[in-house]
Amino acid sequence: MSIQIEKYDVVIVGAGHAGCEAALASARLGLNTIMFTVSIDSIALMPCNPNIGGTSKGHLVREIDALGGEMGKNIDRTFIQSKMLNVSKGPAVHSLRAQADKSEYSKSMRRVLENTENLTIKQAEVTEIIVKNESIGGVRTYTGTEYHAKAVVLCTGTYLKARCLCGNAITHTGPNGLQAANFLTESLKNNRVEMFRFKTGTPARMDKRSIDFSKMEEQKGDERVIPFSFSTDSDDIQKEQISCWLTYTNENTHEIIRKNLDRSPIYAGIIEGTGPRYCPSIEDKVVKFSDKNRHQVFIEPEGLYTNEMYIGGMSSSLPEDVQIKMYRTVPGLEKCKIVRNAYAIEYDCINARQLNPTLEFKEIKGLFSAGQFNGSSGYEEAAAQGLIAGINAALKVKNREMIVIDRSEAYIGVLIDDLVTKDNKEPYRMMTSRSEYRLLLRQDNADLRLMKIGFKIGLVGKEQYEKLIEKQSQIGQEIRRLENTRVGASPVIQQFLADHNSTLLKNGTSLAELLRRPELTYELLKEIDKERMKLKWDVIEQVEINIKYSGYISRQLRQVEQFKKIEKKKIPDTLIYDEISGLRIEAKQKLAKFRPVSIGQASRISGVSPADISVLLVYLEQYRRYKNESK
Amino acid sequence: MKNDTIAAIATGLVNAGISIVRVSGENAIIIVNKIFQSKREGKNLLAVKSHTIHYGYIIDENQIIDEVLVMIMKGPNSYTAEDTVEINCHGGILITRKILDLVIGNGARIAEPGEFTKRAFLNGRIDLTKAEAVIDLINAKNNFALKSSIRQLQGSVYKRIKELREKILYHIAFIESALDDPEHISLDNYGSKLLPDIKNMVMDINKLIASYENGKLIKEGIRTVIVGKPNVGKSSFLNLLIGEEKAIVTEVAGTTRDVIEETIQLKGLALTLIDTAGIRETDDIVEKIGVEKARKFAEDADLIIYIADASVKLDEDDKTIMRLIEDKNTIVLLNKTDLPGLTVESDIKMFLNKKVIEISVKDKKGIKEFEEELVNMFSLNEKMINDQIYITNIRHKNGLLKAITSLQFVEKSIEEGLPEDFYSIDLMDSYRFLGSILGEEMEDDLVNEIFEKFCMGK
Repeated sequence: MSIQIEKYDVVIVGAGHAGCEAALASARLGLNTIMFTVSIDSIALMPCNPNIGGTSKGHLVREIDALGGEMGKNIDRTFIQSKMLNVSKGPAVHSLRAQADKSEYSKSMRRVLENTENLTIKQAEVTEIIVKNESIGGVRTYTGTEYHAKAVVLCTGTYLKARCLCGNAITHTGPNGLQAANFLTESLKNNRVEMFRFKTGTPARMDKRSIDFSKMEEQKGDERVIPFSFSTDSDDIQKEQISCWLTYTNENTHEIIRKNLDRSPIYAGIIEGTGPRYCPSIEDKVVKFSDKNRHQVFIEPEGLYTNEMYIGGMSSSLPEDVQIKMYRTVPGLEKCKIVRNAYAIEYDCINARQLNPTLEFKEIKGLFSAGQFNGSSGYEEAAAQGLIAGINAALKVKNREMIVIDRSEAYIGVLIDDLVTKDNKEPYRMMTSRSEYRLLLRQDNADLRLMKIGFKIGLVGKEQYEKLIEKQSQIGQEIRRLENTRVGASPVIQQFLADHNSTLLKNGTSLAELLRRPELTYELLKEIDKERMKLKWDVIEQVEINIKYSGYISRQLRQVEQFKKIEKKKIPDTLIYDEISGLRIEAKQKLAKFRPVSIGQASRISGVSPADISVLLVYLEQYRRYKNESK
Repeated sequence: MKNDTIAAIATGLVNAGISIVRVSGENAIIIVNKIFQSKREGKNLLAVKSHTIHYGYIIDENQIIDEVLVMIMKGPNSYTAEDTVEINCHGGILITRKILDLVIGNGARIAEPGEFTKRAFLNGRIDLTKAEAVIDLINAKNNFALKSSIRQLQGSVYKRIKELREKILYHIAFIESALDDPEHISLDNYGSKLLPDIKNMVMDINKLIASYENGKLIKEGIRTVIVGKPNVGKSSFLNLLIGEEKAIVTEVAGTTRDVIEETIQLKGLALTLIDTAGIRETDDIVEKIGVEKARKFAEDADLIIYIADASVKLDEDDKTIMRLIEDKNTIVLLNKTDLPGLTVESDIKMFLNKKVIEISVKDKKGIKEFEEELVNMFSLNEKMINDQIYITNIRHKNGLLKAITSLQFVEKSIEEGLPEDFYSIDLMDSYRFLGSILGEEMEDDLVNEIFEKFCMGK
């Protein structure tokens, strides 16, 4: 019997949000790419919440877009409601979130993939990775065909040895009843990949016609929709939006849950996986926050052409009969009919500390991974990693230097650094508090931060990049103009200030200084700013933020400078930590195990002290000089 | 490579004629220039040549602190290969510390153990063969620093800083969970709720700083025992010390043993007086100067102050005491020299070869001589005076000051009506600064607190 062998540059395993970005990036960079999925119909599937973005996740989408990814464009094409969250807070935490038409989102992404040159989509289950001499050689599918490639990106999501639980009804399937991938784990383990088992869950979907919306509060979208993608013209996407609805659980709901806790697979100990604390099931909420007498429930449409509604806030793994009883205690859901039951899902994923920040496995050259497989959760987190893994797989095949986005450049950098450095015990979700330089990493300036990188890689077109350069220079010029335009304590100015409850001037000052006053805005200053030229709103936004918060921004810039210094100090991977006599034993063991790529990364490993870092610095310098001498 | 600016006393904390404060890093000259005034006014250190020496004063708010020589060495031609300033001070160890304090207050930070040498090596100034030695130096000093840093905190101070941190963390977690989940948690009016809390915290930390100033943070002062027969004037001597310095700083009743410690500050030295309550409460010789108890004291103490009565003759009890303390660090005080004397220095010297100082508590005579002897004894004895105590404390104080600055930023942000996400940036800083005192980092504290205290969720 002969084995069929196919040859590609890059293999992508999985067609979820990570897989799609990885495949597109690789193919768009000109590499012959094949993407595997267990079901062509589940491309870019949204098996849980029907939205893209949200706090800090919206940042990720913008960053993906600036680097040349697809997610932002795809949601701009398929959203049915859009909202900027936290608008009353500072610009750093403004976050865009859009409700998606799930089915359209998936179709639209499929259309893009199918029309991308160099990209082949293949329905097949990958069961083995082929590894030779610590390098990846390709993959083997269930039918025995081998696909040889120079790089492989694993984006298997929640499919590895997946098991869904609804009470004691257990099915060995992936999300939405899709076929699980039951073989790849063994192959990975055989190649000494360390696996974890994580758990997550999703609430029920209900028939819209069985819900009484008159008992709920309507949640509308923003009047003016702001697009995710920097290349989408906002005028093109204004449309009628669909509402979401808000209702609450009550003591009756909680009572039912408490009475039936013993039938929950988690509380009964059937579930082994570690679940995320940030998205607890309703039973977790009731147990852990027993002082709260109600919890919010968001009813969100799953699409324009479906009656299914997503019951946000009430994910559960209780048995079906309990689910029905508990949902029916909620105002508006008294007569609800459940289309799909809530369930918990368990799956295999890896300890991501086996990865370099490029998302390449440290021990298997050419093997990359992204998404829930790496222990994250969320569509956006997956897409962000998929993009970076896809880019690096392609760059590796092309013999170009791979990219690492660091913590000071993007949420993507924070996400990946946290995943590959920290000890993650639960599915990892992005949060704004995880970013130490968040005043610099705003969703409004993702293009200014990252598009240059996207352009260099080759995923951002020249035209778009030139627009960015123009924008950048306009921002700079306008800031300088405001800093340099003096205003005196003239009657006109004083009157203006008095009109806006602002302290009168004693001496002359600059327009920029006035703009720093909380009560004044760029728009208001127009009255006393005669030389002002007409600028686009996104230029004005940057000017205003940079001037208004300049104190904070420059403080964070100084911190970034310090951060960059140790981040730049690379650690050669030939280093033998055992030979460094000055290191404490704990530090030696941890460093040897994780093999950080830089002093900066080493300093973030828990159990490595500042003194260890000092010792390491001295040792590296010694090492460097020895090498120089022997040359 | 540019580096932040570090400072330390380079000569060790001994009372030599000259001691040197060394400052190194990109702002070294700028910082020293701020506190330096040349003999003839107006010399600007920023404008002088490298490798030059300048005569003048160190100034603090227009007050002359010391007459100094300042040596300017610009990088790369210095020990660390960075801009380096050495301040040669003449005013003794306390003045030197004050100068270091000023340098720190103006933007430098206390050097980590072995840091000058580390920088010298990293910047190529030290030969490769010395690398191991550099690593050893970093290690040896760090081990010591680690051990002493937290131990030095008074239990009560430790607890208060911990409590402050918990409070701050709660606020950060609240704000952050609301930012992450705005539809579940509202921040309406949070600023006005937060403001009084911040003000109280600033007050609390200021109190801690004030207590630092008079040494309350120092746990391991010189463990001192006052011994002597009843009625020789132990209590009045103690009261005199305390009264004069107005510096009773703490009164921590041990929970397991019935021991009371008081720490007082004398000429920059911290004396932890052990069991003084006992001494003050009762003059019952049998009970207080029992052989067993005295032996125990003697084992514990770094310093024994033995008070004898000059107006009576030495007796067997005195001799017993003297035998017990003959190989300890002891200062003998011959009190009541205002009365006709029956015991003189030479009588004591027959039994005990220690420094004897004649005093009169009643007339407040001899106290100065006692203090001088104390400074002599401990400042010259490196084994006894613990450099690290001082260094750690300046670090602690610095951490507290930085925490206050951050909290004041929060105050300002609230008052100026900035959005809430700005509050938590500065709150996080203050949390970290307080953590640096306890040797604790941020790590996953915040994420844990958010999930612990607030119900997030989709």
